[in-house]
Amino acid sequence: MARMKFVCDAERCIECNGCVTACKNEHEVPWGVNRRRVVTLNDGVPGEKSISVACMHCSDAPCMAVCPVKCFYRTDEGVVLHDKDVCIGCGYCSYACPFGAPQFPSQGTFGVRGKMDKCTFCAGGPESNGSQAEFEKYGRNRLAEGKLPACAEMCSTKALLAGDGDVVADIFRTRVVQRGKGAEVWGWGTAYGSKQAGQPPKTGTPS
Amino acid sequence: MKHVALFATLVACLSACGERPQTMALPRSDAPSYTGVTTGSAGSSAFTAPGWKPGDKTGWEQQLKARQQNSQNDYSRMN
Repeated sequence: MARMKFVCDAERCIECNGCVTACKNEHEVPWGVNRRRVVTLNDGVPGEKSISVACMHCSDAPCMAVCPVKCFYRTDEGVVLHDKDVCIGCGYCSYACPFGAPQFPSQGTFGVRGKMDKCTFCAGGPESNGSQAEFEKYGRNRLAEGKLPACAEMCSTKALLAGDGDVVADIFRTRVVQRGKGAEVWGWGTAYGSKQAGQPPKTGTPS
Repeated sequence: MKHVALFATLVACLSACGERPQTMALPRSDAPSYTGVTTGSAGSSAFTAPGWKPGDKTGWEQQLKARQQNSQNDYSRMN
């Protein structure tokens, strides 16, 4: 199995915020914390695009590199998780993350001493899979239940794809070939290291 | 004899001043997702998706891939 990846198809995203709602509901994320949010590019301009953004679980995660207490770890499936018992809430990861994923709640279940909170790819944390302790700190563990992240499964237009990276790439490739446009995937190159993905088409070259 | 007793007392008292090794064994290990949840019986609960058996890594991977194709690939569903 390839590693787990996210990608948002900007040609399909209709900015409904269903992914945001699904995430908040599934994990009972408190007010003021947005593990996932929808960003609109060129808002108000004809041809505007929207994308759903959260932790991309990068191949070479900058948050992991800068964390002074090494609270991050990567699962066998490539999901970047963290241990809230180790996190000191310093905020370095917030500065390092290119997607603005780390959140710092000040109250509620997740808000113990301002520890960082972020998308877990619905894979919980280091506590026992599916336990109450894991739920209170990290939310539901859907992967251990044989399910995919709630945001992608609830996406009404299937703009947000999540799961095995090979399957995600296959699905997206089929769409691009069928519609003949919309090959830009914002964040893919930044998160997973492709030099080609996410770049604007070169001018003067046949498409 | 007096010196021996004094030495023994000193050793006994100072033994608590020793340095303990402080190894950073963090973060804690996380059980792989394919082992299922710990709350239910045999790794599954009422919320576990059918079609795979907890502990079977290959089965879990196939379950996720099938779920991904069925729920996210609308081209394969329509054609």
